[in-house]
Amino acid sequence: MTPQAANAGRDKTCPGADRMARDGWLAAHKWLILRRLSQSVFLAVFLTGPLWGVWITKGTLAASMTLGVLPLTDPLMALQSLLAGHVMEVSGLIGAALVVGVYALVGGRSYCGWVCPVNVLTDFAAWVRTRLGWKDAYPLDRRLRLLILAGVLAASAVTGTIAWEAVNPVTMLHRGLVTGSLFTFGAALSVTVAVLLFDLGVVSRGWCGHLCPVGVFYALIGAKGLIRVSAVNRAACDNCMDCFAVCPERQVITPALRGAKNGVGPIILSRDCSNCGRCIDVCAKDVFIFSTRFHDGAGVAAREPRDHVLQGEKKL
Amino acid sequence: MDRRQAAPMTRRDMLAGTFRAACGAGLVAALLAVPARRRAEAVALRPPGAIADADFLSACVRCGLCVRDCPYDTLKLSEAGDGPPIGTPFFTARTVPCEMCETIPCVVACPTGALDKSLTDITKAHMGVAVLVGQETCLNYLGLRCDVCYRVCPMIDQAITLERHHNERTGKHAVFIPTVHTDKCTGCGKCEKACVLDEAAIKVLPPALAVGQLGAHYRLGWEEKRKAGKALIDDIIDLPDRMPEAPAAPGPERLPGGGFKEFKP
Repeated sequence: MTPQAANAGRDKTCPGADRMARDGWLAAHKWLILRRLSQSVFLAVFLTGPLWGVWITKGTLAASMTLGVLPLTDPLMALQSLLAGHVMEVSGLIGAALVVGVYALVGGRSYCGWVCPVNVLTDFAAWVRTRLGWKDAYPLDRRLRLLILAGVLAASAVTGTIAWEAVNPVTMLHRGLVTGSLFTFGAALSVTVAVLLFDLGVVSRGWCGHLCPVGVFYALIGAKGLIRVSAVNRAACDNCMDCFAVCPERQVITPALRGAKNGVGPIILSRDCSNCGRCIDVCAKDVFIFSTRFHDGAGVAAREPRDHVLQGEKKL
Repeated sequence: MDRRQAAPMTRRDMLAGTFRAACGAGLVAALLAVPARRRAEAVALRPPGAIADADFLSACVRCGLCVRDCPYDTLKLSEAGDGPPIGTPFFTARTVPCEMCETIPCVVACPTGALDKSLTDITKAHMGVAVLVGQETCLNYLGLRCDVCYRVCPMIDQAITLERHHNERTGKHAVFIPTVHTDKCTGCGKCEKACVLDEAAIKVLPPALAVGQLGAHYRLGWEEKRKAGKALIDDIIDLPDRMPEAPAAPGPERLPGGGFKEFKP
């Protein structure tokens, strides 16, 4: 029996079912939960001040000040400002340099997967689509976001403004959450709903996966970063396609998972990967593992067939 | 991916691809240029130290750090319908005016330079200019002694003075006209906030709206005279005065039809 035949009767609307059946719900959502926690923490540090008067981080994801000492600036914002003919204050530039440094080191679109609030929305839309079994009705080229990035930079230079801020759902949603304006039916809500509806009804993984210039800018920054997912046990893959079903950038998996005969992989080196780790969660064959650019994780995988959390759970 | 690599890319393909990419980027830039170019000009009072409106959106990242550090909740981030581009800081004088903190925390907080750090003396700020727009309703114009705008002004007797004029209505009293001096007014908005009328008679407007500008070639004779220490014109030519010596000429001769004799249509 071929693997395809074996998978013929599987429920395509519930990727990760095999893993869940084997290791339980918690294990099959480990990285998702950690990501949601991370996103919550990145939001919470902005919210403790306005809600309870305990100020950790002021500002928004556009530019912030943490504990009065750590400035952070969205590097795309700094670049647009520069192209618009303005040189930021030193603290703003230092903030941008710090952000560039961290994501260049960590790598991939970790910002998208672990920080950005829009990701929660678009993940939700994708989850709904998968559950309903909707096919991609309107395929778009994923390189569109590069064009949009180029357009944003050109518009900044031509108009002498930080052009993307007229549209940017990332900062609008975050500002809406931090200042509460999301709940007053303002621009933040409009843009948020627009992104949600776009991803839900128009293009699968549409915003983050095809259009967002902020995400692709982080992809370019983190293109040579350290942390990568590795399809280290790809020999065990039974083509159940669950990883493709949950992956927000499914094109990154193929070379790593199926490149053995061409001598490609098993490390996912595509800059589009957001290091979200959902492929690790859903795989019942333990194919994927978090590793680095320089190690495919074979040693770790051999030593510990499953990571600690799951080992413990299975013993229970 | 394999399939794409199978057909070798020709120079023509590459040029076409580049051209299409450039078209796409140009499309985005063209669409973005419209909302991006929207200025706040003449609608918003910006925080102290805000750079010229034409440059403001090249610097402000709309992070709200100035808003967070404003101790009086004066500053707000613009929402749809407020007027200024969404997310940029502004304040509404009639709601909460600027209290003119000596340390100017909003400027200190700005990480981008949209609020200029070279502003260290808040009395040198130019957030806007107060204009007495309601000359028909201002109580002082009506001859009463309200004086509230004058008294609440943090720059009393400099930014707002009371100028005494004759009360034409009664014929025997004075009116004290609150008069704003543009170079001293910081635009804090305390006068507008304090105006006792239902709708403020004195309003703080963005400088671009409120301030007139002489042409660069204009010279005020009296100023030039003061600077030079003497009149710049040696002698005014004294032309002979024409006095009404001759008796007034009679009107033009009337024709029977009603017209004038000299008039030829």
